[in-house]
Amino acid sequence: MMPMYLDADKNFAKILFGLSNQKPEAVAIHLLKSGEQPRQLTYRELLLQACSYAQALSEANIQPGDVVILVFQHGEELIAAFFGAILHGSIPSIMPFLTEKLRAEQYRASLKALFEITAPTAVITYAEFLEEAHRAAQGSSVRLVLTKEMLSLAELNIPKTEQEIAQEYQGFSRQPTEIVLLQHSSGTTGLQKGVALSHRAVIHQINSYAHALNLASNDVIVSWLPLYHDMGLIAGFILPILCGIPLVLMSPFDWVRAPWKLLQAISDYQGTLCWLPNFAYNFCAQKIPERELEGINLSCLRAVINCSEPVHWQSHEKFYKRFKSAGLSSAALATSYAMAENVFAVTQSGTNVEVMCDLIDGHRLIQNQVAIPYCEMVPQRSLLDAPMPHNLASTSWVMVSCGHPIQGTRIRVIDSQGNDLPERHVGEIALLSNCMLSGYYRRKDLTVKAFLDGWYLTGDLGYMANGELFVTGRKKDLIIVGGKNIYPQDLERLASEVHGVHPGRVAAFGVYNDELGTEEVVLIAESDLLEGTSSKETPGKEIERIIAEIRRHVTQSSDIALRHVYLVERNWLVKTSSGKVARHANRDKYLREIAPHIHL
Amino acid sequence: MAENQQPLESQQRMEADTIYSTLNAFIAREILKQPGRHIIKDEALISSGLIDSFSLVDLALFIEQAFSVHIDDTELNANVFDTLEALVAIILERRAALG
Repeated sequence: MMPMYLDADKNFAKILFGLSNQKPEAVAIHLLKSGEQPRQLTYRELLLQACSYAQALSEANIQPGDVVILVFQHGEELIAAFFGAILHGSIPSIMPFLTEKLRAEQYRASLKALFEITAPTAVITYAEFLEEAHRAAQGSSVRLVLTKEMLSLAELNIPKTEQEIAQEYQGFSRQPTEIVLLQHSSGTTGLQKGVALSHRAVIHQINSYAHALNLASNDVIVSWLPLYHDMGLIAGFILPILCGIPLVLMSPFDWVRAPWKLLQAISDYQGTLCWLPNFAYNFCAQKIPERELEGINLSCLRAVINCSEPVHWQSHEKFYKRFKSAGLSSAALATSYAMAENVFAVTQSGTNVEVMCDLIDGHRLIQNQVAIPYCEMVPQRSLLDAPMPHNLASTSWVMVSCGHPIQGTRIRVIDSQGNDLPERHVGEIALLSNCMLSGYYRRKDLTVKAFLDGWYLTGDLGYMANGELFVTGRKKDLIIVGGKNIYPQDLERLASEVHGVHPGRVAAFGVYNDELGTEEVVLIAESDLLEGTSSKETPGKEIERIIAEIRRHVTQSSDIALRHVYLVERNWLVKTSSGKVARHANRDKYLREIAPHIHL
Repeated sequence: MAENQQPLESQQRMEADTIYSTLNAFIAREILKQPGRHIIKDEALISSGLIDSFSLVDLALFIEQAFSVHIDDTELNANVFDTLEALVAIILERRAALG
């Protein structure tokens, strides 16, 4: 079947309207919710629902090009409001909804910060959240807080031709170079960096990515990923909807409580494509009981794509071993390297070419930043289907390729001076593409810093071999837990607020956990209480209290669970020459001095 | 009557205590990785982030295996139970319904 292409001179509104005209009764989204019947949303219904939000935004005099913040859980309202803003011509940005762990005041502070930076004029949310949204909006640029209940109940008159509808909804006149949406990472730091993407950038990405995926009309995409994250928003939402590919969508909330429901959905709907962060491979392999696999057939799955945190060979191996008997093909374990700044995918493997593995000397990679192979690259499939060769040295690492760059995207691996490095030398990954971000929204300063001579500096480290990209680590201090980006400075600031912690003397970093398939957050705080005493003299209860308080405060303020928290005496933490806490050096010190003594 | 009620009540209390300490031990050992950790009866488990959402499925599977009681995935939230006390009550109630 021929892959599909979108016209890069069109905008989202035109594409959606085109689909609704072409196949009004086709199901765009099968929406699954635990404990409820699946809900099917056709293209016609999607357009109708979006029109009612667009109309309400127009009536409130919200202008095209304004930012509209969406505060919803996963579900129909979020989908309708998102496309409502698109039809209206405003710029939607999805804010994760308050969770039961987060304190309301902290969430309000995040919303206020987001309002300050993105200067939205409208918020769309639930009726239950109306009052809270108004409170957060006080003194901000927000002029409208809209809920479903406020939408006009009058029958919507959808004009039949594009010309007629274009007169009513200004989303149709948006230029390809204008911004279509904003995408944020979480946390105080993440909210400062709204990745602004144009219609054209997203359409270019979809076209290049559809090509790399060999996307065809008989594909079915199944996703549980949150829509406020690039992987969920692009691969698990916009790509299928704009390409006319059926999407089976469940919520992350439901998935984490019953991961087998993802496999059930793949089996029931004959899903062909699914994206997962690395930890989800371990999570599914470990937490799905045998009885939930009864009757499940995964042979329909042509690619389950590992993306958004470093790919680990062991995770693929675990996943494959667990679900092989349910029909999972070894050829289906695919990979991608992606980031919101490139809309989504940078590279892809496993859909058009076989995923390759590079067996390298781990010690030399660490010591010399060079990937020395033990042998020719091996197809991942042969490693999965046959036992590992026994003659491999204990220092050998299996690196899984993320594949070749997608069309329209170029990659360089550079040293700290910006010079190109030869093949197999580890350096920073830089990229140039036809689907780059327009900039960090209203943050010219951050945008300028992110580029070097037009190339976007990813902050990720990797090497190229045979034209394929292997990601080895990160230059920046970012922690990635379960695919979610966490900025350590946010956690350190929160821990500093706890009584008993010496303010500013905190280090947070990530340490990879093999069992979980993702990083765990470690936080080390200096305490004045331990000054001049050995920890034995300070009541253990007091130390425990402070540690418990750090955990509670950080979790309730950031929605991030800290796995390991340690209280140390003053001056334990390593400082940089400028007196700042050096995360990398403290991570090394932790691995040397604390980690070996933990008995789990 | 009163004489019969007394042992029944104390039997229920004993059962509740056993469930409580079994759950405490499991959560401390398998979820918190702090085997000695004592969890107070009314200590918030979910809303406090003590048990993160990634571990809720483990808790449900453990309860099913240890007490033959099913906790549905739609029930794994702070509105249904947020303390060991509340969780023990649910388990007792479902065990009683089983006979």
